[in-house]
Amino acid sequence: MFSFCADPKAIEGLSWLTCYLTSAKHLDFYWSFVTVLTLVAITAPAALAFGFAGATAARSQFLPTRAFGKTYIAMVRGVPDIVFFLFFVIALDQGVEYIKNLMVCDGGVWPWQGLEFRVCQQAKVPLATSDAFWHDAYAFTLAIVTFALVFGAFVANVFFGAMQAVPRAQLETAEAYGMTHAQVFRRILVPQMWVYALPGLSNLWMILIKSTPLLFLLGIEDIVYYARELGGSKTKAYEYPHGDWRLWYFLALLCFYLLMTKVSEGVLGRLSARLSKGQATAAGEAMRKAAA
Amino acid sequence: MKKLLLATALAGIATAAAAQDVVRLGTEGAYPPYNFINDAGEVAGFEREMGDELCKRAGLTCEWVTNAWDSIIPNLQSGNYDVIIAGMSVTAEREEVIDFSQGYLPPTNSVYLAATADVDLKSGPVAAQTGTIQAGYVAEQGMTLLEFATPEETVAAVKNGEAVAVFADKDYLVPMAAESGGALVLLAEEVALGDGVGLGFRDSDDELRGKFDAAIKSMKCDGTLDAMIAKEEYFGAAALLWGDAGKEGC
Repeated sequence: MFSFCADPKAIEGLSWLTCYLTSAKHLDFYWSFVTVLTLVAITAPAALAFGFAGATAARSQFLPTRAFGKTYIAMVRGVPDIVFFLFFVIALDQGVEYIKNLMVCDGGVWPWQGLEFRVCQQAKVPLATSDAFWHDAYAFTLAIVTFALVFGAFVANVFFGAMQAVPRAQLETAEAYGMTHAQVFRRILVPQMWVYALPGLSNLWMILIKSTPLLFLLGIEDIVYYARELGGSKTKAYEYPHGDWRLWYFLALLCFYLLMTKVSEGVLGRLSARLSKGQATAAGEAMRKAAA
Repeated sequence: MKKLLLATALAGIATAAAAQDVVRLGTEGAYPPYNFINDAGEVAGFEREMGDELCKRAGLTCEWVTNAWDSIIPNLQSGNYDVIIAGMSVTAEREEVIDFSQGYLPPTNSVYLAATADVDLKSGPVAAQTGTIQAGYVAEQGMTLLEFATPEETVAAVKNGEAVAVFADKDYLVPMAAESGGALVLLAEEVALGDGVGLGFRDSDDELRGKFDAAIKSMKCDGTLDAMIAKEEYFGAAALLWGDAGKEGC
């Protein structure tokens, strides 16, 4: 990166450290923080959407929809995250390629042959010729879908409980005014459920942040991968030989995660106060009294 | 408009044909001098240079992919890449699930690296990387095996006293001992394991395997493979070479 870094063997001290910390591999490491933050930023709203759909389905009057919603919640919540991650990502990947195989390969041969999963070259997702960027993006997308599905089930349960917690009197009043089911749902139930859902959601948000190292399990080069890779002792085969520095790298990760949760706590606290305003809850009542 | 569509369709077919020629090479990227990720964030090491040369000779466009060692065979089978080029020794157990090319490195010895030369291997756990022939050997010999996912962690385990010794390929451990400043020493005992190092292919990929076999043979014939193995940054002048045995049938 800097001109004085051209020959790392010749420099030492602070300039060595500067060059070391700005090597291309370290820049990849810094980018991986962006990867993790992107994952969280996309997964959170996606999981909310999955959760909302799941909770709505689970409350449905229509039996098949209700069964679907309840099964989704029960199945995903009942399987350990790691098992689900290992199984689902492979299943999803092969499923996508199987469907593409039916469309583009001649004959669409059954791809599960013994130990191998075999589809024609054109059915590969992404194609072998694609840029490395697309391979990474595809793996990342699979990870997001899996994260959203897993966390969506937990969110669904939180929403389900929150919807039940809205005082029945509120809904009855709305019905007495002649609102339809859909109107009651949209105008009374949903706006009021947030305050009941928030404690559960904030819990899930924290767990989501802490779960991001699961990316490493999916073969995505995230911050845990780089911390281990960069921290391991390096021989003279590398430009910057050093001892076992994993402790320092993992310490940096520790600080990153603590910082993330600290910031989240602050934001969630403010959000909770905002949502409690004017609500028929103890927190809302306390705010009313304080104002008076 | 029709012409345009036809042209697009033809271009599509052309790219589909070209698609056959991109070969994805899967490696671990954590086993210097065989393969590692250098400070530029790229795959480097002996296998990088050799792999690029093989692809050139076979007329293939190759792309490098890294994959964790413990899932390197399953991910080959599910088609994430087409070739394993990761210092993998040819063994009968692996032959049952994948096919190997002819060897590109002669069988080298495995050695123990320990804190002192007089450690009792039977007494304490011996570290080895999961799924390697060395791990299998340690378990067979009735020693207590301590497995790790990456080679680097096996050496770290000896440094911090978790294991009395680490058992791995000699070529991996020699630089570790040399650069430890006397903290780690190689034990005298050397064990011959495996039938050399080869490229791994899916059982169904005989055609691709044939291309790489021919390329490896041509590198053995003109001596470039031996010269590459003996390079100072890879295995050094003392390394086992193919020599005349590699030139048979040229």
